[in-house]
This record gives sequence, C-alpha cells and structure tokens, in this order.
Amino acid sequence: MSHEKEYAVHRAPIFTPTFFVVLLIVLIGFAIIAYRYWMGVGAVSNLSDGWPWGIWLAYDVAVGSAIACGGYVLAITVYIMNKFKYHPMIRSAVLASMFGYALAGFSVIVDIGRYWNAYGFFVPSRWQPNSVMFEVALCIMAYTLILVIEFLPSVFERLGELDKWPKLAKFSRAVYKALDKVLIFIIALGVTLPTMHQSSLGSLYIVMGYKLNALWQTMFLPLLFLGNAVLMGFSIVAFETVLSARQLKRPFEKEIVSLSRVIPYVVAFWIIVRFISVTVSGAWGEAFSMSWLSLYFWLEIILIAIAGYIIFATEYGKSQSGLFLSAMLLLIGGGMYRFGVYIVGFDPGPEWLAYFPSISEFMITVSLIALEVLGYMVLVKLVPVLPNMSAHGAKTK
Amino acid sequence: MKAVTTATAVMGLPLAMAEQVVAAAEKPDNRPPVIWLHFQECTGCSEALLRANHPGIAEVILELINLEYQETLMAGAGHQAEASLENAIKKYAGKYILIVEGSIPKLDNGVCCQIGGKTAMESFKHAAENAAYVINLGACACNGGIVAIEPNPTQAFGAPEFMPEGKPYINLPGCPPNPYNLLSVVLYLLTFGALPELDAQNRPLFAYGRLIHEHCERRPHFDAGRFVREFGSEEHKLGYCLYHMGCKGPETYANCSIIHFNDGAAWPIGTGCPCIGCTEGSVLFKNSLYSLATVAQPTPNANVPTASPEGLGQGATPTQTAFVGAAVGLAVGAGAVYAARLPKEPEDENK
Repeated sequence: MSHEKEYAVHRAPIFTPTFFVVLLIVLIGFAIIAYRYWMGVGAVSNLSDGWPWGIWLAYDVAVGSAIACGGYVLAITVYIMNKFKYHPMIRSAVLASMFGYALAGFSVIVDIGRYWNAYGFFVPSRWQPNSVMFEVALCIMAYTLILVIEFLPSVFERLGELDKWPKLAKFSRAVYKALDKVLIFIIALGVTLPTMHQSSLGSLYIVMGYKLNALWQTMFLPLLFLGNAVLMGFSIVAFETVLSARQLKRPFEKEIVSLSRVIPYVVAFWIIVRFISVTVSGAWGEAFSMSWLSLYFWLEIILIAIAGYIIFATEYGKSQSGLFLSAMLLLIGGGMYRFGVYIVGFDPGPEWLAYFPSISEFMITVSLIALEVLGYMVLVKLVPVLPNMSAHGAKTK
Repeated sequence: MKAVTTATAVMGLPLAMAEQVVAAAEKPDNRPPVIWLHFQECTGCSEALLRANHPGIAEVILELINLEYQETLMAGAGHQAEASLENAIKKYAGKYILIVEGSIPKLDNGVCCQIGGKTAMESFKHAAENAAYVINLGACACNGGIVAIEPNPTQAFGAPEFMPEGKPYINLPGCPPNPYNLLSVVLYLLTFGALPELDAQNRPLFAYGRLIHEHCERRPHFDAGRFVREFGSEEHKLGYCLYHMGCKGPETYANCSIIHFNDGAAWPIGTGCPCIGCTEGSVLFKNSLYSLATVAQPTPNANVPTASPEGLGQGATPTQTAFVGAAVGLAVGAGAVYAARLPKEPEDENK
C-alpha cells in the first residue's frame, strides 16, 4: 500500500477566528506560567506540602496521558492485532498523543517546586532507578521522543513534495525511506512504554498507602490504570474522529464504528477488576456509606457502564451522535477515576486542610489543553495527517 | 610533601596550590608557633590527632608546626611547664595559633577547672588575647559538648563565649573532629595568613559545608526506603540506612562521610552506628540519640523563588468553585448539545 496516497494535507486556512481565540487562552496561561516561575509555585496555585500534586498532575499528567493513549491503542490494534484497516487513522492519533505526552512532561516541569534541579533527570549519576516516579518520568520522556519519531514520516513526506527546494525534498525522501525501515522497532517500543508507565501511574498511589481512600487504594491500581488508559485511548480516537470530521468538514471515517465495538469488552473487564479490587480491600461498606466519596465512586462507574451499554446494545451507539456521547461519557468517567485516585480520594492527614485548584492554576491547565488543540488544528493543515478520503473510500471496499 | 598535598586536597584548593602550601610549610623559620590548651575534656581530640599517619604526629610537631605547649605531649610538668607557657605567650605574642580543647566552666568564677592555680577562664583569656588566631577544637571547645549537658553542673560553655572582642577564631566541632580538618586549617592559616571561608557558626566551609547525608555511603538505601529498624537485624547486617535508628546525618554538617577517621579506616555510620550529630551544637546531647533527625532541605538559593508554599492547603472558595464549575459545566454542556445535533442514524461501514 502506498503511503503517499493514504494521508492528505487538510487544505484550509490556518488563521481562522477559532485559531485566535484558542491562541489567546494559550497566551494567558503562559503568562501565568511565567509568573509562577518568577514568584514560586505557591504564588499561583493552592498547592501545599500536604497536597503537592494538584490539578496539574491529576489532569495534565494522569488524565492527559490517558487521553493521549489514542496512539497507543491504535498501534496495538494495527500492528499487534494486525488490523491494517485502521492504519489510515493512526497518524492523527499519534499527533494527538504526541501533544498530550509532551504537555504532560511540560506540566511536570511547571509543577515541580525546584525546577532548577530538573536537569538532574538527564544526569544518569543522579538517577534513582528503584523509584516508581523515576520509571514514570523516564517512560514518559522516552515515549514522547518515540511519538515524535513516529510522527516524523508525515513531516518528511510533506517536505519531500516541496518543489521549491529540490535538495531538501531529495534529502527528505531519503530520510522518509530510512525511517520507514526502522519504524517498526520504534513502534514496538511505543507499545511497550505506555504499558509500563500507565500502570506505574497507578503504582505511584500504591506508594501513598493509607493516604488514599480504601475505595481507590488497592494493589490492582496498576492494572486498573492500564485498563483505564486503553479505555480512554479508544474513546479519544472515537471522540476525535467525530469531532474532526464535523469541524474540518470532512467525510466521516466509518471504520471508527467497528473499532469502537471493542470498547464494551474493555469496559466490562475494567469494571470487574474494579469490583474485585473493592472486594479485596473490603471497602464495600465504604461504597454504600452514601458519603460524598461513595457517590463519586458510583458516578464514575455508572458513567463508564452507561457508555459501554450504549455502544454494545443500541443502534444509537453506531451513529455519530451515539459514538460521540458514549466516548464523552467514557472520557469523563475514566477521567473521574484518575481524579479520584489523584485528588478526590487522597487525604494527606488531619493537619492538612483541603485542596481545590486556584483560578490561575486552573487557567494553566486550560491553556495547556488549548495548546494541544491549537497544535492539532495547525499541523493537520500543514502536513499529511488525516486520511486521504478520496483514495481511502476506494480502498476499504 | 605528600602530607601537604593531601592537606591541600582536603582544603579543596587546586593541586597547583600544593607547591605554594609546601613552600609555606617548608620555610625554616616559618613553622607556626602553636599553643594548645586543655580544659574540661577527655583528650579525645588529641588522641584523634595522634592516630593520624599522613602525616604522623611526629611529622606534624617536628616539621609542620612549632608546638610550644601541649599538656598531653610535652615532657615538662608543674612549674616548669607553666613557665614555658608564659615564655611562649610573651615570645610569640600576636603570632601564635591558640588551639583550645575542652569547655570552660563559669560556676563560682570557674573554680571547677584550674591549672597551676589559675582558672580555665583566666588561662584562656590570657592566651587568647595575645594569639593571632584561635582554633576551638572539638565539640566541648565549640559548644560545651558533653560537659555542658543539662543540668550543666559546672556551668560549662564553649570557648566562643569567652572570646576577646574581635579575635579571629574558627570552630572545628566534632567528637572528635577529624584531625585532617585541623591540619588543613593550620596549613591554610600558614599559607594565606587568613581564615578560610567560614559558615555562620565559624566552621570552615571546606569541611563543614555539606551534610553528612549528602555524601553518605548509605544514602541510596535512604532514597530507596531501605532502613534498619533494629540493631543486629538482617537489615543492619546488610548495611541499610540508619535513619530510623536515630542517625543525625540528615541534619549534621561535616565531612566524615568523605574523610573517615583512623586514617580513613572507619567512621561511625560505616560501622553501623548512627551519627550522633557531634558537629552540631543544637543536636549533640540536646536530642535523644534515637530520635528521628529533621531531614534538612538545603535552602534554595536566594535568586530562585521559594519552593515550599506556606499554609496547610486551600479549600474551595465560592469564586473558584464558580469559575471551575462554570468552565467544566460549559465543556460538558457543549459536548452534550454537540452530541444531540449529530446524525443519529447508525453508520454502516460497508456503505
């Protein structure tokens, strides 16, 4: 199959009104980030020594990297399950993953109090390889790099078509061919690394011990986080597919309907493990105590279960609207689970008051999301990322 | 030469400076006169110096310094010794280095410690007034040490309490302090004619600039959470971190973890004994030997913002809740409306 025909640049103006609105949000957020670096982490956030991990870690790292697992699940589907039917979707998923992971890494640098020590991460003599956090950091850093390499072919493909600079074009074509040969090894790594660090994102909270509420604290945390990442990966692919078809006024990619058939099974698996974990922890009493935490626990499970049901059992689940809705429910429910572990179910002890993100803290998170959206919007119009629908329709028959 | 090179390295000076140090140490008449006074102490600091072999004590007193008076080492005794002390103070007035070992009692005008009919307070003041520099050697001379433990029956204090106004002095706390730190300070004074860089407690930064914890050989165990919980346990035999046994390494500034005692042969933590914080006046004998140390976070530089937000956390205020709630609600609502407007017919892939 010829790659040149598989993807196409989306021909549309870059500087739309939406572009400027999103850009404005990004600029506001980065102004706050600059202030944070000048005045310290306490100046813009509600973080304290008892609550050192707030919304930046809970959303940008935990939820953000799960949402960025679209590239991961598609790589598994295409290269491991050998379903090349979905190959045309992989570039846009990789692009979104690349932004998600790069910004997860970036938000860690925003979050750490002593950012001037961050360079130590690149000095092997300063490593502490027994640390869960080290594993997460190394994997996220490595995976971001892998995603960039996975994305590079589309850049070089585009550069190779440029007639203005024949030398650059020739070079790019050569690099493109070379990349094509090694890419399979990169993809293998790209499947391994998220498996490792998505589970470790859960292990981070096993380490927190009794500070995490019994409804969430379990030795199953790594498995639950991995399952949750797969779930959210599939959801975001569906979500993005519907959204980008609509917003960029392109034909709908119908493969997503069959790809989404797998979601209910992941949902069932995840909920079963979740229930087993609550049973093992002996936390059912807590689950029915009708406290705010128990209501939160049920809400997160119900949202995920409803989405699984819509896709599994209804005709509506096969429509664009149904897919979009259930993907959204899964993203909210899955995100709620991660927030539950990272913030809601976390209690550092009676001497610490509470944590709720400050407005500037929240704005930084919003601006990072905006940056992600902005990058996606611009890059699909610059390099061939989205499926080439004209060639594509003929091929899938 | 070799001894001096070692000392140069201890002081953290560039190797090229070794020649300068050697030159200073080898000038025939340039051996610095040293007067060494003992007060309320156990002579452990002197003993530690005697254990040093690079250089050995013979080399030190015959080649590097001109030891005029040292009660443990000198041959003379009684009135003879007293006379020699007086002679030395007169002869080298304003030139000699005074080394003080032991604390000085204040109770009843210092009657608890007298030598040759003079109280320790008198002897010290007399000797210190004429000294070029004073080196307070050991925990007792710096902070009172073991002698000054509550209830401090002799009202003992460290020598800085009695220091003549404006006299340049340096503290070398420890129980005992590492002899190479003393040697390095003496050679530094000799070479540069000035005190090395000092911290807030007048300790030389080259030796007391860093926490034991920072360079401890058991530090990886601390970071990995592998601790000894009981003496003689399997963890203790495996050499795990002694923090939970009361090791004061995390709050003690000293170079023991780099330059060991007995000529580099051993040091407390290396033999499985927790650090007792003997270089810290506020730790040694003030905190229980088995109490947990405060893990000192090195304070960030002044040119970077604070990394530890004050306060105990901040709950939701109405404005924040409204703002975050509105934003999240808006996003969810927009999503729901968006979903409602999308086509609701099932998509057939094969069409």
